[in-house]
Amino acid sequence: MSATEREAEAPRDTSRMPDKAQLAHYYHQMLAIRRMEEALAKAYALRKFGGFLHLYIGQEALAVGALAALKPEDYVIATYREHAHAYAKGMSAKSIIAELYGKETGASKGLGGSMHLFDAEKNFLGGYGIVGGHIPLAAGTAFASKYRADGRVTMCFFGDGSVPQGAFHEGVALAALWRLPVVFICENNLYSMGTPLYRSLSVADVSQKALAYGIARDRFDGEDVIRVRDRVAEAVRRARNESLPTLIEIRTYRFRGHSMSDAGLYRTKEEVEESKKRDPITYGRELLVRAKMDEKDIVAIEDRVTAEIEEAVKFADESPELAYEKLAEFTYKE
Amino acid sequence: MRTVAFREALNEAMAEEMEKDDRIFLMGEEVGHYDGAYKVSKGLLKKFGERRVIDTPIAEGGFVGVGIGAAMVGLRPIIELMTWNFSFVAADQLINNAAKIRQMSGGQFTLPIVFRGPGGSAHMLAAQHSQSTEALWAHIPGLKVVMPANPKDAKGLLKSSIRDNNPIIFIEGEVLYADQGEIPDGEYTIPLGVAEVKRPGKDITLIGWSKMVKIALATADALAADGIEAEVVDPRTIRPLDEELLVESVKKTGRCLIIEEGWPFNGVGAEIAYRIGRRCFDDLDAPVERLTGADMPMPYNHHLEQQCIPDVPRAVAAAKKLLYLE
Repeated sequence: MSATEREAEAPRDTSRMPDKAQLAHYYHQMLAIRRMEEALAKAYALRKFGGFLHLYIGQEALAVGALAALKPEDYVIATYREHAHAYAKGMSAKSIIAELYGKETGASKGLGGSMHLFDAEKNFLGGYGIVGGHIPLAAGTAFASKYRADGRVTMCFFGDGSVPQGAFHEGVALAALWRLPVVFICENNLYSMGTPLYRSLSVADVSQKALAYGIARDRFDGEDVIRVRDRVAEAVRRARNESLPTLIEIRTYRFRGHSMSDAGLYRTKEEVEESKKRDPITYGRELLVRAKMDEKDIVAIEDRVTAEIEEAVKFADESPELAYEKLAEFTYKE
Repeated sequence: MRTVAFREALNEAMAEEMEKDDRIFLMGEEVGHYDGAYKVSKGLLKKFGERRVIDTPIAEGGFVGVGIGAAMVGLRPIIELMTWNFSFVAADQLINNAAKIRQMSGGQFTLPIVFRGPGGSAHMLAAQHSQSTEALWAHIPGLKVVMPANPKDAKGLLKSSIRDNNPIIFIEGEVLYADQGEIPDGEYTIPLGVAEVKRPGKDITLIGWSKMVKIALATADALAADGIEAEVVDPRTIRPLDEELLVESVKKTGRCLIIEEGWPFNGVGAEIAYRIGRRCFDDLDAPVERLTGADMPMPYNHHLEQQCIPDVPRAVAAAKKLLYLE
């Protein structure tokens, strides 16, 4: 079995094509995430900041589509590859880029960096650096929602690399046992760091893990933002109306390496190039053309994105850093 | 005042706080229908129902994480670990999530959560069930570590822990649960980070916590027969540590013996000895000494086990050595 094996192309459902404004919004979000991460990669190369940098480039339709199925009060929790989810949950490019620059104006005051974006006001509960370690937390926020009957849904993102971890199984098992309102989304980009799926999982179909816990499952390709939104929306409804968890496996591909230090020797140039033919952003633009949006209006979106990211980079560059004297107060709450 | 058992004092603390605040719930293995593996949660399911007293499967990493997630969004969980020996499978949750989320989020999320359960050796439970874990948890900034020695402290400290807005490691001496002691009538709390002189004296300071307070008090009794007045000080919270009271006592007595059940290497006593050595350098008449658990996994055999845990004869001998009486 090839690591790039994909399901047969599902016909794209155009009958429920949303209005132009929605498509334009998703296109804006996906493009902003792409441009933001390109700017971050460039800044990283210029040593504007250090640490780890895990890019989401190629997977944008997934975060944007899935989060489009949520309400603002819903909780989202993600991995260390979470810039896109943070942005799609409503966090600004300014707060994200400033965080990576380690600035006080960043989402986490420069204390978390690329892997630990948080925004309490937007209900973005963080990016986490230990693979799978955040999955039980998602069961916990969903537990709180059920405890308080607040009607909120928790959405938890993780990669295929999390699936062999015990924390994944314990988190899903408890959510299933207690019927918690949570949507688990496995972003299967076919590689856990440099190891292809077939060398890390005995069963390549991640969604089948749902069968063991008796919960609903779904599995599809993730380059079409509308398909992602509509399929995820079914799981969100199940969580909100029936308080039941779902495990969704969305197949995707990252165009860049695992992190900036990844030379990518474990996959062929042809495979990467082939995947770029399914670029979610190219497809998002195509949807706008099909919806008869004028070329000049599409270009206007693109110009707005360029300005937004340029301004955010400038903001990050010019922002101050937290003083060491202020650091201690973040360890304990008074 | 009235007399209650250590486990009853803990039970009262939880029941009283749960009555006042619906955000508090108790979750853990056997806490509900079984009434608690050590009966600490006895009657709480009946009183508060299944919504607030939640039995879990054996999945510490899972339910410790559930507690952390619930605390992030405003609940105030009490997570019972059947024993602290089982906390290691949840170590990632405690160390990487509980202790760090506040700082990593730039202070946006705080975690009002108590992790509690029995710790230390009991009787012939062998290596995997006889561990003192306080030095491990106290090592980690972001966690507080609380270790009561008697029913009064147990209730007052647990109530303060439940009201605190930080992750608390609350370790109950497994052999203390049946101990009886007087507690005040009505509402009271004991602040975290405040040590207590359990017995005043002037000749030597004995520092111990949790069940080692009993060894220290018995040692003081034995020394009193020889006319030696030992002062027993119980830090009660390992982190934050009430360094001032410990230093004050040693400045008065000039001698200090730390009695600790845990292992010596990087033990809590090592940290206390360092602080006392630094602050009391000019007041000490002898080097600070430690009597610790043996530096090896706990053996099963009863006689061997007893020799691995600090006891009164060895504490008396160590104290006399510091007083140059042997």
